[in-house]
Amino acid sequence: MIYKIARQNLFHDGVRLCVTLTGIVFAVVLITVEIGLFLGFTHTISAVIDNSGADVWVTSRGVKNFDIALPLKEHKYYQALSIPEVKDAARFIIRFADWKKPDGLQESVEIIGFETEKSMGGPWNYVRGSNAMLDLKDAIIIDQLYMEKLGVSRLGEHVEINQKKARVAGYTRGIRSFTTSPFVFAALETASHYTHLEPDEFTYLLVKGKDGVHPKALKAALLRNINHVDVYTTEEFSEMTRKYWMFNTGAGTGLLIAAFLGLVVGMVVVAQTLYATTLDHIAEFATLKAIGAPNSYIYGILLSQATLSALLGYGLGILAASAISDMSHFSATVIMLPTTLKIIMFFLTLTMCVLSALISIRKVMRLDPALVFKGR
Amino acid sequence: MENNGTAIQLSNISKYFGAKAQKEYALKDVSVSVRRGEVLMLMGPSGSGKTTLLSIMGCILKPSSGSIVIRGREISGFSQKQLGRIRLRHLGFIFQEYNLFPTLNVLDNVLVALDIRGMTGPKAKKQALTALGSVGMAPKALAMPDTLSGGQKQRLAIARSLAGRPSVILADEPTAALDSDNGRKVVELMRELAHEKNHSVVIVTHDPRAVKYADRLLTIEDGRISNSQNKHAAVGEDE
Ligand SMILES: Nc1ncnc2c1ncn2[C@@H]1O[C@H](COP(=O)(O)OP(=O)(O)OP(=O)(O)O)[C@@H](O)[C@H]1O
Ligand SMILES: [Mg+2]
Repeated sequence: MIYKIARQNLFHDGVRLCVTLTGIVFAVVLITVEIGLFLGFTHTISAVIDNSGADVWVTSRGVKNFDIALPLKEHKYYQALSIPEVKDAARFIIRFADWKKPDGLQESVEIIGFETEKSMGGPWNYVRGSNAMLDLKDAIIIDQLYMEKLGVSRLGEHVEINQKKARVAGYTRGIRSFTTSPFVFAALETASHYTHLEPDEFTYLLVKGKDGVHPKALKAALLRNINHVDVYTTEEFSEMTRKYWMFNTGAGTGLLIAAFLGLVVGMVVVAQTLYATTLDHIAEFATLKAIGAPNSYIYGILLSQATLSALLGYGLGILAASAISDMSHFSATVIMLPTTLKIIMFFLTLTMCVLSALISIRKVMRLDPALVFKGR
Repeated sequence: MENNGTAIQLSNISKYFGAKAQKEYALKDVSVSVRRGEVLMLMGPSGSGKTTLLSIMGCILKPSSGSIVIRGREISGFSQKQLGRIRLRHLGFIFQEYNLFPTLNVLDNVLVALDIRGMTGPKAKKQALTALGSVGMAPKALAMPDTLSGGQKQRLAIARSLAGRPSVILADEPTAALDSDNGRKVVELMRELAHEKNHSVVIVTHDPRAVKYADRLLTIEDGRISNSQNKHAAVGEDE
């Protein structure tokens, strides 16, 4: 009966229910999308590192993130190969470059060069083409998501990178770049040619350990044998890059603040409308109190109202957020909506609504049952 | 004697409102007993203290001084929570404005009163329908309150107050919002049920025509009982 009263109180006033639900849905969508963006960015930032297949990354001293680093010299590569713990090492280039579209307009891209015969640092999710295509002269691979941005409409399209000829030899799907400069994959020599590095220079050394060698041990061995470099396990490098872009640049903080604001605004709206619903029915609550209903009975009604609103609002909100997330998969910015986030959002919505109900509970708690005989 | 004949015994009840400096007495040293099975009416000018007295009888308002004994128990020291339980167990209320739950249908309005008392399921439904039947509202069980006439609403309110099988029903101007015909029917009904089920009914009213349904009539003036009359039953006088 408590539930029935709560339900009837909510559904009796359709307009107010709409306002309540709009508030909750708005909050749920806002918070979910902001957090989803945060997760999406975090994923994007380190995607190339996470998919590199390397155990350990050797970098020049003082590198702060994946996208920007000074070059290393070739002898470091041979030093690495001579270490007993090392199974294989591969040179890797990343550099910003200018991209000239077929129509003559410019874009900025990030060139990635990798050793095509080694299974480290290359693209994944091929839609067209393969690593082998990159051994052709001037061959590059871009992601489908950036075709329009880069002015590419077909395979084999001719473009210019830093005034040098390039030809699109394949596509990947879903390799996004956080810096807004799309990644362009090429063979090491091709990339070196585009980026004005010396022939014996590269940006990172990707290292794989022999079976049974822990990345930490591999890292220590590399540090012992190679001077003037920093060494990170793939996990460390990934985390460092993510932290750099998300927090040093304020991008992540902004998203989290927006999510928090969503929570606050949502709570205020929900508290307001639940309170208004309570006020609408205040005479009934007074009557219940006068008849002798224990406080727990009345709180039960208020909490049921809050829970019911939460369930409805969450359902609609998460549906909307899922739709937005689904659409984002076709854009350069992905909104990730993992099940864990859905579950967390469920409890967050519930908590938000229940906390909002506390204001109503306080009001009813102070209600004097003697009011019932006073008219109102 | 007290348990058999008296449902509520108020002794030397005073009630004032406001801070000590400007105390305003609504009731001064009032003693009254509500007897089992009687219809007791309270009359008096506006502001004389009728509602205050009824609220104190109903354990909704605490007196400033004096003692209240309900079914043999002194309750003046009780907490709000304990008073709530006394109301739930022993008292039924009827209000001038009916105070129905507008979002619930007729049957549910009665079921709420039982639900609060922990009674649910088919047994509750049966008891609710019995209560509705006794006020002639059973055929309207599924109607919504806003489709009912004033008289029907008040009959529903009576059914709701009866559902918990209280020993005393307290009604503040239950007919004030009704036309004279419906008002008469409601008072008649309350009297009938009181006598039939042997529970007491206390009615505050302004309506002189209702007086003939009273077993006893108390007149309150300026916070004191100025007159007490036996109308029907040959029960002994208070004071
Ligand atoms: N909560 C309160 N605070 C202050 N004064 C009050 C309060 N309740 C009642 N009073 C005062 O107590 C006196 C008696 O009020 P009460 O409501 O009992 O009168 P009543 O006989 O029911 O009048 P009416 O016929 O108009 O309903 C009045 O002077 C009123 O102003
Ligand atoms: Mg009054």
